[in-house]
Amino acid sequence: MISQQAQSIELAKKVRKHVVQMTHRGNSSHVGSALSIVDILSVLYSETLNIDPKTPEMNNRDIFILSKGHAGAAVYATLAESGYFDVAILNDHYQNGSTLSGHVSHKGNPGVDFSTGSLGHGLGVGAGFAYNFLRKRNARRAFVVLSDGECDEGSNWEAIMFAGHHNLNNLTAIVDYNKIQSLASTRETLDLEPFADKWLAFNWAVHECNGHSHDDLSNTLKSTKLEQHKPSVIIAHTTKGKGVSFMENSVLWHYRSPQGDEFKAAMTELNEQETD
Amino acid sequence: MRDSFIRALTARAKEDSDIVLITGDLGFSVLDEFAETFPDQFVNAGVAEQNMTMLACGMALDGAKVFTYSIANFTILRCLEQLRNDVCYHNADVTAVSVGGGFSYGQLGMSHFATEDLAIMRALPNMKVIAPSSPVQATRLTNLIIDEAGPCYLRLDKGSSNLDQEKDLTIGKSIKVRDGSDVTLVSTGAILRESVIAAELLSAKGIEADIIDMHTLKPLDETSIITSANKTKAVVSIEEHNVLGGLGSAVAEILAEEGVAKLKRVGLNDLYPTIVGDQNFLRKTYNMDANTIYQTALVLVNKSR
Repeated sequence: MISQQAQSIELAKKVRKHVVQMTHRGNSSHVGSALSIVDILSVLYSETLNIDPKTPEMNNRDIFILSKGHAGAAVYATLAESGYFDVAILNDHYQNGSTLSGHVSHKGNPGVDFSTGSLGHGLGVGAGFAYNFLRKRNARRAFVVLSDGECDEGSNWEAIMFAGHHNLNNLTAIVDYNKIQSLASTRETLDLEPFADKWLAFNWAVHECNGHSHDDLSNTLKSTKLEQHKPSVIIAHTTKGKGVSFMENSVLWHYRSPQGDEFKAAMTELNEQETD
Repeated sequence: MRDSFIRALTARAKEDSDIVLITGDLGFSVLDEFAETFPDQFVNAGVAEQNMTMLACGMALDGAKVFTYSIANFTILRCLEQLRNDVCYHNADVTAVSVGGGFSYGQLGMSHFATEDLAIMRALPNMKVIAPSSPVQATRLTNLIIDEAGPCYLRLDKGSSNLDQEKDLTIGKSIKVRDGSDVTLVSTGAILRESVIAAELLSAKGIEADIIDMHTLKPLDETSIITSANKTKAVVSIEEHNVLGGLGSAVAEILAEEGVAKLKRVGLNDLYPTIVGDQNFLRKTYNMDANTIYQTALVLVNKSR
């Protein structure tokens, strides 16, 4: 039997290829943003979340919300590879008549708990779920993945203040801190630093990890479960475009779609990683 | 109306722990009893309407029946996108309650005048839009809203029609307040009072008004409008709200599609009031009082004849 970690690493390799193929077919943006969170999603779906792909609406399931909805391709691919729906359906992403919208949507897509696309919505809704779970003495948990640029949104800080005040220890936020937003670096746009201190000041338990190390992610996610009185944030240090050398750390690949030789080169790299 | 709403919600919350009230830090003294009696069903989200609405959505998607509470536009405009993307797209069981429709807070100034709320809420798919005309109606409609899942906007007025009609009250079905065959007066909310007074003035001139209380703006009771308009051929819509997008527009859409009756819209003429005053003063100043309705109906009836 393969370990959970080997499982999540395998899942990530498959999802990366899907993401590049989906954004290629759709001639769509956000491939860099999607590649950035592939490892986070793979660990969550392989070992952290209490879910059952055969019963997407399972009553006691954990809730996962991708607040940075523009990386929807990564979630759809992760769900398909986890068994929520047929992998072949990923071919429909971005196509006429498809329910697989560029920004993640729950309608018609099993396994998606919440639709997003406008930034600054996921964390507050996650806090609502978490608050209600505690209110009902329910052991369920809520996980929300945010982008770093998304932390510019004031609505997030309303939610962060609320969750800290109400000790929502069943709420975990994971920030995909690749340090590049839509037009420039986060430092040039609106500097988030001192980032950890901001969360600490709002009464959150702050964890930092390498957002591409499955080992590190796994251990950090496990440690959030032990929090007794505080919501947890994992500041996951990531690389935008992770996995495709020429997409890494590049503002360009927030919007550029992989086509022609670039698509071929990206797939060659990812295929080589798969056989490693 | 506000007190009627809270009393109704409190009564139901006793028997249903899924009922949750979230306030955006407003409701001093009014919400105390609810908060003390049901600490597990009450949240003060602080002065943070976006988060209040996101919380409401998350809780509702986990089975709660959530009411968000604030005054004037705060439950809907500051957090409009949360209502659209989170509540309405997910068809979450959240009712945004606005205390103070129209000029209810007439002395507080423009920020506190809810005069575009109906238009904006009406444009959201899945959203029900309800504006009771009296405290009695507010009680009954609150109960009906609890019974019917899904997004809702509840506009509570400080004024009242002073009518105690509650009979057969149903969401989406208007109430016939008065029968007449010469002109239709259709209103939403407590401004119904002005229609009733206008009808008496008209009656003295030999013009009998059909009065419709459109307490539910969406889903709109189209049948009642068409039936009455076919009879009178002259319709006046009355709302404490911009004439664009609200009741007048909704009625115009129906009448145009059916090709019956002339219409005049009484309401705020697409402007922001820059003066303050009580509700009656502002209705008069901005031409939506009984006398304006009376004059408008007179002209319309004469034209139609």
